[in-house]
Amino acid sequence: MKRLKNFLFLLMAVPVIAVASEEGPRLDKAPVNLSDQASLQRGARMFVNYCLNCHSAVSMRYSRMQDLGLTEDQIKENLMFAAEKPGETMTVGMDKKEAKNWFGSAPPDLSVIARARGSDWLYTYLRGFYRDDTRPTGWNNVVFPKVAMPHVLWSLQGEMVPVMKKEGEHEVIERLELAKPGSVTLAEYDAMVGDLVNYLTWMGEPAQLERKQLGLFVLAFLAFFFVVAYYLKKEFWKDVH
Amino acid sequence: MSQEADGQKVDTRKRKFLIAATSAVGGVAVAGVAVPLVMSMLPSARAKAAGAPVEVDISKIEPGMLLTAEWRGKPVWVVNRTKEMLDLMAKHTDKLVDPNSEQPQQPPYCKNATRSIKPEFLVAVGICTHLGCSPTYRKEVGAADLGADWPGGFFCPCHGSRFDLAARVFKNVPAPTNLVIPPHQYLSAGKIQIGVDAKGA
Amino acid sequence: MSALQKMMGWVDDRFPLTATYKAHLSEYYAPKNFNFWYFFGSLALLVLVMQIVTGIFLTMNYKPDSMLAFASVEYIMRDVDWGWLIRYMHSTGASMFFVVVYLHMFRGLMYGSYRKPRELIWIFGVLIYLALMAEAFLGYLLPWGQMSYWGAQVIVNLFAAVPFIGDDLSIWIRGDYVISDATLNRFFAFHVIALPLVLIALVAVHLVALHEVGSNNPDGIEIKKKKDANGIPLDGIPFHPYYTVKDIVGVIVFLMVFSAIVFFGPTMGGYFLEANNFIPADPLKTPPHIAPLWYFTPFYAILRAVPPMFGSQFPGVVAMGMSIVLIFFLPWLDRGKVKSIRYRGPIYKIMLALFIVSFVGLGYLGLLPPSPVATIIAQTFSVIYFLFFLLMPWYTSIDKTKPEPERVTG
Repeated sequence: MKRLKNFLFLLMAVPVIAVASEEGPRLDKAPVNLSDQASLQRGARMFVNYCLNCHSAVSMRYSRMQDLGLTEDQIKENLMFAAEKPGETMTVGMDKKEAKNWFGSAPPDLSVIARARGSDWLYTYLRGFYRDDTRPTGWNNVVFPKVAMPHVLWSLQGEMVPVMKKEGEHEVIERLELAKPGSVTLAEYDAMVGDLVNYLTWMGEPAQLERKQLGLFVLAFLAFFFVVAYYLKKEFWKDVH
Repeated sequence: MSQEADGQKVDTRKRKFLIAATSAVGGVAVAGVAVPLVMSMLPSARAKAAGAPVEVDISKIEPGMLLTAEWRGKPVWVVNRTKEMLDLMAKHTDKLVDPNSEQPQQPPYCKNATRSIKPEFLVAVGICTHLGCSPTYRKEVGAADLGADWPGGFFCPCHGSRFDLAARVFKNVPAPTNLVIPPHQYLSAGKIQIGVDAKGA
Repeated sequence: MSALQKMMGWVDDRFPLTATYKAHLSEYYAPKNFNFWYFFGSLALLVLVMQIVTGIFLTMNYKPDSMLAFASVEYIMRDVDWGWLIRYMHSTGASMFFVVVYLHMFRGLMYGSYRKPRELIWIFGVLIYLALMAEAFLGYLLPWGQMSYWGAQVIVNLFAAVPFIGDDLSIWIRGDYVISDATLNRFFAFHVIALPLVLIALVAVHLVALHEVGSNNPDGIEIKKKKDANGIPLDGIPFHPYYTVKDIVGVIVFLMVFSAIVFFGPTMGGYFLEANNFIPADPLKTPPHIAPLWYFTPFYAILRAVPPMFGSQFPGVVAMGMSIVLIFFLPWLDRGKVKSIRYRGPIYKIMLALFIVSFVGLGYLGLLPPSPVATIIAQTFSVIYFLFFLLMPWYTSIDKTKPEPERVTG
């Protein structure tokens, strides 16, 4: 047993080394709350207004937004601009090849983008655009250097410029500063992006709330099953000495 | 030493109860796993979306002509029946299996002489009730291959089943029942929606 | 005679139903001192059944086509009723299969379950482990994400390192010059039918061999040596009901862990389902860091620890292959006078501890991007891994063992 304990201790030490060696830009924590239906609905609206022009979400059906507390008619009126029936998926008319010519790479499908990138990355990314005249679009990004996508939300956020600091030999971005204000304040912009990321997180796996609710039920059932089976085992094992 | 409890008596009743309890809870567990598996074989969201109600413009159907729409992957006929056709239809009820539509092959609001909401427009699923072929529209009265007494209707090429212009089956053919009338409603005079019942109907 | 008894009699005249039930359950005598480590055999069987059942239902909606595969998995996750549950059970089951099998194998190491007369059980078991690795590797291509694609690319390219025939061999495996639709389709065929059949057959012979010689136990002594007047081992108890009721408890505890993962963390922080695998396969863009799934990483680390020699990666591939082949020879490498770790001397205990640390350490290093320090540690661990096997005839024969008891203890 002692040997086992030593060995377990060694195992626990390993991830500590791992965390220390992790690199990459620091990410801001996204305010994800999948129980906040109002936020998810606002995020859905942002998504269809700003993202769905270029990005598709081919696995996502409009009708699934009923899970966000919307009726089919509300979805039809407020959120469907590119489709006729609520049962359709979120496709875009943009041709992939043409898009590649315009942007240098085709806009990726966003169905599971939150699972691929992570909510925090998306939250930091959408708030991380800054002016960079060396880029063809005029924009660059703190977590996605040389990003092909222009800053679609710039009319809201305004124009950010980087504040540089010296770190050894290199100049690195310390933070972003507002150079030209947009139509909303930075705090309001953060909240809007928060809603959008919340929606993207939900869209990555629409069944996730249901999954967790069912999980509690299943675990409770198994706990009850354990008690019954344990007494059965105990009763029979009385025979064995 | 092993299985026989020495000295103490084995409480068989307690054991039987615990075995029954564990089996019951285990049975619930197995059922709990089986249900999602079985349910996964129902139509998916994609199939349901594809099977959603369809709207059909019927204003362009000439009298006597047939239009085929698709609903849930099945052909749905819309026939604009003329006055003559409707008159002729009433004359052969003795040759039909179910002239008064007693079998529930239609929504209640179509259980009438014409099997339709509006007398002139027949809406029917074009799938033979025998083995699922799609009959052909044969409106010519007394067609040479169908006999002099053919009043116009639908003929199934697979096994020779015959239906009249209200999609009612004739006697002495393989098909047992009338063709199915799908739930449908009029959105306007020239537009119907197949797949949903009229509200309040 | 009741109707049921009559029916059983009718069947027994034509099929050895009662005889089979007796031979393998009600009159199969297992040692009464099984401990915690003896749950994992039946659990492995449970996971195999779960994988087959969930796999059948996934196959109903999955499309083995490079244009459709990725979307069909998302279709299962969203559009198919309960599809998400079936998919997560299958993906979690794959990793949990290895958790259970690794613990099962560790049990065998600790208590000398591979020793005479159980050599064939061990060999069948290692074959199951090999088939399982192949099954998992093939299945991982099917979601057609970036990690599926590039993982398969790297592993298939290992075959290209084989001298002379390598290039042709890897092209033959892929059926194309890169991982492609043809590769996906054949991997699907192997994953859903060929290897499951092999696995079921191997599990069957593993169990037949086990029931022929009887189970080992934590004391590593043979219960068949001491029998009562009826020829029943004194330390044996019938598998049914004693171990069936005990294994039910084990199964429930396992299912609680399993459900906790399925319902609350199906990606297991990227260890069971990798984030990059939610990006569709792109043959033109390699992800910045690719690592195999955790259950392959010990061998992957051994592969990377061996530097290329004579301008070829082949020595690394050989080392990786040897690290698995050596496991087969364990029954003949071990010269110890006792089987169980309980009566072994200190040398064996230290060697086993070092081996486990090396194996887990290699598994961890295989997940990391290569770095000079990591490579040196991986090389040290690899040497320990091999020495555990290669020096075994020597250190087990000089080790000071304690006397085994006559009868099983506690």
